[in-house]
Amino acid sequence: MTATPGTTGLILDEPLLWERGRSGRCGASLPPADVPESPLDPALCGEGPSFPDLSEVDLVRHFTRLSTWNFGVDTGFYPLGSCTMKYNPKTHERQAALAGFAAAHPLLPESLCQGALELIWALERDLAEITGMDAVSLQPAAGAHGELAGMLVIHACHRHHGAARSRILIPDTAHGTNPASAALCGYEPVAVASGPQGVLRPEDVAALMDEETAGIMITNPNTLGLFETQIQQIAAIVHAKGGLVYCDGANMNAVMGIVDMKAIGVDVIHLNLHKTFATPHGGGGPGSGPICVTAELAPFLPVPRVVRQGDGLRLAHAAERPLSIGRMGAFHGHFGVMVRAYSYIRSMGAEGLRRASTLAVLNANYLRCRLKDLFHLPYDRPCMHECVFSDRHQAPQHVTTLDMAKRLMDHGFHPPTIYFPLVVPGAIMIEPTETESKEDLDRFVAAMAAIAAEAGQDPETVRTAPHRTKVRRLDEVRAARKPCLAG
Amino acid sequence: MRYLPHTSQEIKEMLAVVGQDDLEALFDPIPAGCRRQGLNLPAALSEWELDAHMDQLAGGNAVAPGAKVYVGAGSYSHFIPAVVPYLAGRGEFLTAYTPYQPEISQGTLQAIYEYQTLACRLMGTEVATASHYDGATALAEALLMAVRKTGRPRVAVSRLVHPHYRQVAATYLHPAGYEMLELPARPDGTTDLAALERAGEVAALAVQSPNFFGCIEDLAAAAAAAQGGGALMVAGFTEALAYGLLRSPGSLGADIVCGEGQSLGLPQSFGGPGLGMLGSRQALVRSLPGRLVGRTVDQEGRPGFVLTLATREQHIRRERATSNICTNNGHCALRAAIYMAALGGTGFARLARLNHDKAEYLKGKLAAAGHPIPFGAPTFNEFVVRLPDGFEAVHRRLQQEGIVAGLPLACDYPELGGCYLLCATETASRQDLDRLVKEVSS
Repeated sequence: MTATPGTTGLILDEPLLWERGRSGRCGASLPPADVPESPLDPALCGEGPSFPDLSEVDLVRHFTRLSTWNFGVDTGFYPLGSCTMKYNPKTHERQAALAGFAAAHPLLPESLCQGALELIWALERDLAEITGMDAVSLQPAAGAHGELAGMLVIHACHRHHGAARSRILIPDTAHGTNPASAALCGYEPVAVASGPQGVLRPEDVAALMDEETAGIMITNPNTLGLFETQIQQIAAIVHAKGGLVYCDGANMNAVMGIVDMKAIGVDVIHLNLHKTFATPHGGGGPGSGPICVTAELAPFLPVPRVVRQGDGLRLAHAAERPLSIGRMGAFHGHFGVMVRAYSYIRSMGAEGLRRASTLAVLNANYLRCRLKDLFHLPYDRPCMHECVFSDRHQAPQHVTTLDMAKRLMDHGFHPPTIYFPLVVPGAIMIEPTETESKEDLDRFVAAMAAIAAEAGQDPETVRTAPHRTKVRRLDEVRAARKPCLAG
Repeated sequence: MRYLPHTSQEIKEMLAVVGQDDLEALFDPIPAGCRRQGLNLPAALSEWELDAHMDQLAGGNAVAPGAKVYVGAGSYSHFIPAVVPYLAGRGEFLTAYTPYQPEISQGTLQAIYEYQTLACRLMGTEVATASHYDGATALAEALLMAVRKTGRPRVAVSRLVHPHYRQVAATYLHPAGYEMLELPARPDGTTDLAALERAGEVAALAVQSPNFFGCIEDLAAAAAAAQGGGALMVAGFTEALAYGLLRSPGSLGADIVCGEGQSLGLPQSFGGPGLGMLGSRQALVRSLPGRLVGRTVDQEGRPGFVLTLATREQHIRRERATSNICTNNGHCALRAAIYMAALGGTGFARLARLNHDKAEYLKGKLAAAGHPIPFGAPTFNEFVVRLPDGFEAVHRRLQQEGIVAGLPLACDYPELGGCYLLCATETASRQDLDRLVKEVSS
């Protein structure tokens, strides 16, 4: 162990919600019934859901104890590759909770929601500026939803210009959501192998690109943490065959104010506000996945659109946007997440965003250089926001990436992303983000060094980790074979 | 910048480790033609300035108590106990990622398992997913699931399903070549199920209850009609609170239940984030889209929770996954679990009853004031009323006073010119409702 305490301390047990409480308690205050009771056909009425009856104290203890079993960015270093677990500023929670935002009905008449429309309008403009693209829709609810919206835009554009195409090129380093999103449009994904340098080669794209292929879905910087240096040539090849370039912008945190996405040939890019723009991940969402497009593709964006008219803003619906792909969600997208991202951009300003990207890249390269003597680094080149190692050096001791990830928990760190991207067997994908200080990175390096040494001297301890967490390794096979999904 | 901890000394030391002279050199791998030269954004704000700016923007929206908005239509004004945001706001919940590492994510995992359980009890299903984006995308996913399960390329959807939900379903279904048929309304404000027989073979019948007009549908009859033709019955909802009073869709025979959980302790927040709820019979579990949390044991036999049945999901199955969803609305599900537990079964049923009674009171007063209620079917906390010719001008005048007297239906239902959808929840006092009737009738 390093000198840093990992998980020493008090971990309280807590039963399931319905094992607490007594029938007849209530943890909420109900308003007085100031209207007469009105009859309803008893045949329509049920018995009401069998929720447990708890006091407010029961409720607070229960969820407070549960929260202490969780590890968040607020708890410690969370270098989960491709997930950009940067610090989530607390002022964002204040802004999103303002009654004028939190209590606003989505179908308010336009004259009564100018503040919300103004925020959407301004955030769209900011994201267009940050990416270099022309138009933005904030409607997609998460990254994969943005991918779907972007694919639908590409599909609609091809259909408008004659023929819907049937295939889409997707590099072998892509996140699983890419092929799944493309498949929803009926596209058949065609895999493009990345070259020996970890980036795509134009000749490989040229060999596959044809007029039946709708375009390419490319992640840039890619999931190896490398900038796709041939992107302009690749985009030119795709465009020459009438195809379009979709960029998965999950890794935008490396290049804010650095790269011009339109200049590199991107037609559509999605952003993850819950990654790059510091909104909390919430234990799995809600996120927000805006798409940014070229002027040519703007007519296909989801409706409604916020448009300026005179001094005010209004919503343009499907009737004025006949080429739109339609509606992606019930209302305007995850407005509460947009409030936080907008607050972030206003707090950082242009220089702050560029500085954030620069320091994110510095932190990743620092870890790359500090760790490369301990762990196998398959692509030993300057990286962007993340770097990818493997467990090759530990394989002779039969210690795997999973084992070392679990052992990191005993040292008080969240593990990196593991076994992704698929092109690196036993991948350990580390993304520190810019909000981590040098001493936290140094502590992480010390823990990784201790684990590498332990893998040689006492591999069994690593193989059976974690040892000090609330629960130890869980039986996932049993969970899947005999699913118990509700109590 | 307070979020960036690096001192200039540290940057120097780190650059030395990396082998670079200055920070700009870090971007040497990026070709010159790809570069962006400076961003044109407003100047950075201090925390004080940000507060003032955001207060001003937030002030540009009409909300209670200054405004009275009698609109539901998929987003409902309900009181949120302070304990809900307090607990959900704990940083350990809020700043964690998806619980892929279960040993240090048991808080999220147990809470979502509890959410799934309470969601099952509410919807009357055997399983419920960990969440979807909203009620509309949950419906779209449910319809795609039915198409996959039955191998039939057409679905039938009631015209009384929320118009925006139908539009989202069309966005999802049409590019892949699937067809959506619309079932018309009957004069009492419920779905004309007889039209299903004329629709031919379909994968699913989707009916919302209470429907967009607030009317309670005969879900048992709908399920019988759907299942008689080999289709799956998809029951939707926009107002989850209704099932504190009404029989649950699962108990009435629905195969898949999907809807919006915003009423369960989530702020309206201009429409999002909400909570897409989706559940089904156990037999359909391997076809479900979205994440699931399951109970298991650790290597020492202690109970614990994990994400499970991942072989349905995109990170394993890629283009053959049951959905492309990855990040969902987990934190909204956590809030909903806290809210449902705060109310408890007893409180939830009482609150649902109160919502019903408020809307019935308003409906009765409007009818007594001479405004026809066009649909006879029973309703929950919203309903349609026909207001006199020229009411548009009154509606606009009331807006200037901060009163939104219902949602005009003519743009989504051209045959319902002069009809408005009104909503009354527990947040409207009798005094408020009396004033509304007076203003509307003046």
